[in-house]
Amino acid sequence: MTTTSQPSTQHVGVRPLLKVSAVRKYFPVTRGIVFQKRVGDVQAVDDVDLEVYPGETVGLVGETGCGKSTLARVITKLHEATAGTLEFDGEDYTHYSRKQMRPLRRQMQIIFQDPYASLNPRKTVGSIIGDPFRIHRIVAKDRIKGSVQELMERVGLSPEHYNRYPHEFSGGQRQRVGVARALALTPRLIVCDEPVSALDVSIQAQILNLIEDLQTEFNLTYLFIAHDLSVVRHVSDRIVVMYLGKIAEIAPQADVYRDPKHPYTATLLSAVPIPDPELAKARRRIILQGDVPSPINPPSGCRFNPRCPRAQFPICATEEPLLREVGPGHTVACHFPLADAGDLIEDSRRRAGSDSPLPTPPAV
Amino acid sequence: MARYIARRLMWVLLVVILVTFLTFLIFFVIPPVDPAILFAGRAPSERLIEEVRQSLGLDHSFWVQYGLFVKRIFLGDEYGWPGFGLSFVTRSPIRENFLERAFVTMQLAIGAAVVWLILGVLIGLTSALKRGRWQDRASMGFALFGVSAPVFWLGLMALYIFWEKLHWLPGTGYSSFSEGVGQWFLHFLLPWVVLALLFAAFYARMVRGSLLEAFGQDWIRTARAKGLSERKVVYKHALRASLTPVVSLFGADLGTLLGGAIITETVFNLPGLGTYVVRSVQNGDLPVIMDVVVFASLAVAVMSLVADILYAYLDPRVRYS
Amino acid sequence: MTHRFSRDDSNNGKPLLEVRDLKVQFPTPDGLVKAVDGVSFKIHRGETLGVVGESGSGKSVTFLTVMGLISSRDAHLEGEVMFKGRDLLKLPEVEMRHIRGKEMGMVFQDPMTSLHPMYRVGYQIAEAVLAHEATSKKAAWGLAVDLLGRVGIPKPAEAARRYPHEFSGGMRQRAMIAMSLVLNPDLLIADEPTTALDVTVQAQILDLIDRLKTEFNAAVAIITHDLGVVAEHCERIQVMYAGRVTETGTGDDLFYRGHHPYTWGLLQSIPRLDAGQTQRLLPIKGLPPSLIFVPPGCAFHPRCPYVMDVCRTEIPTMRLEEGEHAAACHLSSEEQQRIFTEKVLQQT
Repeated sequence: MTTTSQPSTQHVGVRPLLKVSAVRKYFPVTRGIVFQKRVGDVQAVDDVDLEVYPGETVGLVGETGCGKSTLARVITKLHEATAGTLEFDGEDYTHYSRKQMRPLRRQMQIIFQDPYASLNPRKTVGSIIGDPFRIHRIVAKDRIKGSVQELMERVGLSPEHYNRYPHEFSGGQRQRVGVARALALTPRLIVCDEPVSALDVSIQAQILNLIEDLQTEFNLTYLFIAHDLSVVRHVSDRIVVMYLGKIAEIAPQADVYRDPKHPYTATLLSAVPIPDPELAKARRRIILQGDVPSPINPPSGCRFNPRCPRAQFPICATEEPLLREVGPGHTVACHFPLADAGDLIEDSRRRAGSDSPLPTPPAV
Repeated sequence: MARYIARRLMWVLLVVILVTFLTFLIFFVIPPVDPAILFAGRAPSERLIEEVRQSLGLDHSFWVQYGLFVKRIFLGDEYGWPGFGLSFVTRSPIRENFLERAFVTMQLAIGAAVVWLILGVLIGLTSALKRGRWQDRASMGFALFGVSAPVFWLGLMALYIFWEKLHWLPGTGYSSFSEGVGQWFLHFLLPWVVLALLFAAFYARMVRGSLLEAFGQDWIRTARAKGLSERKVVYKHALRASLTPVVSLFGADLGTLLGGAIITETVFNLPGLGTYVVRSVQNGDLPVIMDVVVFASLAVAVMSLVADILYAYLDPRVRYS
Repeated sequence: MTHRFSRDDSNNGKPLLEVRDLKVQFPTPDGLVKAVDGVSFKIHRGETLGVVGESGSGKSVTFLTVMGLISSRDAHLEGEVMFKGRDLLKLPEVEMRHIRGKEMGMVFQDPMTSLHPMYRVGYQIAEAVLAHEATSKKAAWGLAVDLLGRVGIPKPAEAARRYPHEFSGGMRQRAMIAMSLVLNPDLLIADEPTTALDVTVQAQILDLIDRLKTEFNAAVAIITHDLGVVAEHCERIQVMYAGRVTETGTGDDLFYRGHHPYTWGLLQSIPRLDAGQTQRLLPIKGLPPSLIFVPPGCAFHPRCPYVMDVCRTEIPTMRLEEGEHAAACHLSSEEQQRIFTEKVLQQT
C-alpha cells in the first residue's frame, strides 16, 4: 500500500521532523439506539503518507471534507489514528498516552481557526498565555509575568493588556494571543489549522507576516492547513493537495501554480479568482460539475474519477493511483498526470462537446 | 418513519416491563405487613390467612407471582381486560371504579391542556412580539406568578372568590357530561384553569424564548426578503419552528397528568385517579396503587411516543436521521 | 413555463438604483453606531456592481437598507434610495413589501441557515411567488421546479420536494438564487454569496450568477471581501471603509490605477496565487475603527501611510478622476498616480 513517495532530492539524508505513514482515520457510522450496528465508515483520512522536514512549511489544502483538519487532529493526537504510524523526530508516538505525550506537546503546538472558541473566556489573556509555563514548569513563578509580557510584545500585543479578557480583543488580536500561547514553550513544530480564515484581509496579512517572521526567529517548522490556495501557496515551501481523504499531489511552491500535475489541483487553481482583471479575462477556467462525493462510500479507483475531465475508464474507476514522482520533490497520484496545464482545458472542452459532459463510468 | 415508530414502540415496551417490575418489587416485597393478613380482615384465623394467600396466589415464588401480575395486566382477569385485580379494601374488582376515575382525570387533564396550550402560546407570542414593552413585562410577570403560586393555594383562593363570594360557580365535585353540559362545564372550569396556570406560565416562557431565537435566524431574514407579510413571517415561519420543542414537552406533561392530578383533584373534590391513589395509600390498598402506577407510567410513555412521532412529523431533520 | 413579465425600458439611461447620501445609524447603549455614513452610488441595468470592504465597512447594512430589511424602526435612516423612480425610504412598509422579492431579490452569505429547515425547498420558492402573484399553488410550484432546473439543480421536480438539510451547501445556495430570481426581479443583491462555500463551488455559483444576469436582464450587486471575485465578475467596483465609499470605478481603474491608499493597502495585503516570486505582504497597519468613535476627518487616516494634516480634520469628498473613476482622498491626483506606479505596482 505504502509507497516511498516522499524522499525528494532536497531532503536526502535529513531526518523528517514529522513522519506520517499510512495513516488512516475512520469514523464509524452506526445505526440503532440500543444495539448499535456499524453500517459503514466515514473515511476521513485514508492511507496518508507525509513528511515534514525541519525548518520548512508544508501547506495542506483541500475543500470541505478532504480530511485536512482531521489529519491535523490525528497528528496532534486530538484524534486517535485508526491505523498507521506517527513519528516525531524519529520517535513513534502513535499510541502514546496523555502522560507520555506531555514532553512531546512542548515541541508540537497547534493554532486554531477560531481564536475566540479556543480561548477560555473567563481567563485573562496573561494567564492564557502563561498557562503552558505553569503546566510544564519551565519558568520560575515570579518570572512568568515577565516572560508572558515579552511574548505578547513579540506577537504584536501591548503588554499592558496582560489583564484583559479575550472578548475585549478583536479577531486579529485574539489570533495573536493564540500564536503567543503556541509559542510559549518554544516548540519545534506548529500545526496551524486555518489560522487566518476568520480574519479580514488587512488583518490576515498582519498575521501571515507574523507567522513568517516567527519561523525565522524561532527556527520553527509549520504544517499549515487552509482552504485558501493563495494563502497556502504564499506561506508554504511544499504544498500538499488533498481530495476526499487522500493526497492527490505534493508539489514544491514554485511548481504548484505553474505546473500542476493532478487534474484536481488544476481545477482547484482555476477556480480561485485572481485580483487582476486582465489576467482574469485571459484565464480559461474549468468549472467542476456537482459536489464532492460522500466520504462514507468514496468512489472506487481514483476518488476524483467521477468529476475528472481527464478520467479514462475503466482504469481510473478500478485502480487506485499511487503517488509517484514526476519531478524533483513533485509527486502526484494520477494515472494520467497533466503534461501542461492547458491539457485539462482541452480535455474539458472535448467532454463538453459530447452530449454528457462527463462519461458515466461503467459499473464495476 | 415506520422504522422509527417501531423502534420507539420497543422502547415503550421496555419501559413498561421495567415499571411493572419495579412496582411489583416495591409493593410486594417491601411492605412490612403480609398482604394476605391485610386482605383477610380483622382478627383472621390462620386458616383464613392461608386460604387468602392461596387465592391471591401469594404462596407462589416471587417470579411466578410477577408473571401472574404481568399476565393479569396484559391479558386481563376474570373481570375483563385489562385486568385490574381485586381491591384489598372493598374486596371487589377494581376495574369499573378505576375506569370511571381515569375518565374523570382524563377530562380534567385534557381540558387543562387545551387551556394551558392556548394561554401559553398566546402569552408567549404576545410577549415575544412586544419584546421589552409593557405587554412583555406583564406577560412575564404573569409567568413568574404562575410558576411560583402553589396549586392548592391558587385552587382554594379561586374557590373562595368565585364560589363562596361571587356565587358564580356551582362549587366542587364532579358532574358528568350526561347530567348536562352546562353543569359539567361549570364544575370543570375552575379545576381546568387552576391546573393550567402553572403549565401556561412554563409554556409562555418557553414559547417566548424559542420565538425570540427564531426571529434571530437567517431564514427569517430570507422570509422577509422574499416579501412575505409580517403575519406570514411570524405565524408560518417563526412560530412553526418554535412550536416543535413545545410539542415534545406537551406530550410528557399531558402523560404525567393522565396518571392523576392529586392536588387539583383533592382541592376540587374530583373523583379522579389522584384522589383514588391518595385514599388507597391511606388504606394500604396495594393492588389499586399498583394499577395507578402502571397506568401512569404507561400514559407518560405512550404520550411521549405520540409527541415524538408528531415532532418527527413536524421537523423533517429528525424524520430522516 | 412563461414567467417573463414585460419589462418597462422607459427609464433607459437612468440608473435602476441610485442611492444618495445614505446614512444608517443604530442606537446602542454604548452610543450611536454609524454603520453607513453618507454613501452614494448607482447601479444600471445589466451591470454587476461589486462592493468590497472588510467587516464593519457598512457594505451589508447599505444593501439591507436598500431591501427595506433595515427600516426606520431599527435604525435612524437618512438620504434617498431611488429605485425605478421611487424613493424606497419614503415608501410605506406595505408597498416596500411588494418590491422585496418581486423587483429585488437577495441572496445571503450562509446557505446552511438561510432556508427554513421545516419546509420543502419547492414550497419556500413557491411561497415567494404566491406572496406577489395571484396565481394557483400548482402554478407557483411549477415555477419553483422550473427555476430549480435553471439554476442547475439536477432532477428539479424531485429536488423541489426535498428539505434543505438534504441539500449540500452549493445546492442550497442555488436554491436561494432560484428563490430570489423566481419573479424575475430587476435587481439581485448577493451578500457574500460564496464566502461559506468551497472554491470550486464558488466558481459554479458565480458563474451561475453571471449567466442568469444576462438571461434575466437584471442588475446585480455582489457584496464581498474577496478582491478576486470582484476582479473577475464585476463591471464596476466600489470600495467601502468605515461606512463610507472610498473609491469607485471599473476593475481596471482600481487594480491598475487605484487612487485611494486603502485600495492600495488591500491590494498589497492579499497573497496572490499568480505571483511569480512570493513577496512579503504589506499589511495595513492597525485595526479598523469603532463605528461609534469614527476618527475625525478621513476615517482611514490613523492607518494611512500618506496621512497629512488635512486628513485629520476634513472628511474628503469623492473626486472624479476620469469616466466613473472617483476616490475620496486629500492627496492630489498626481501624487496618487506617482505613489501608485512607484510603490503599489511594484508590489502587486
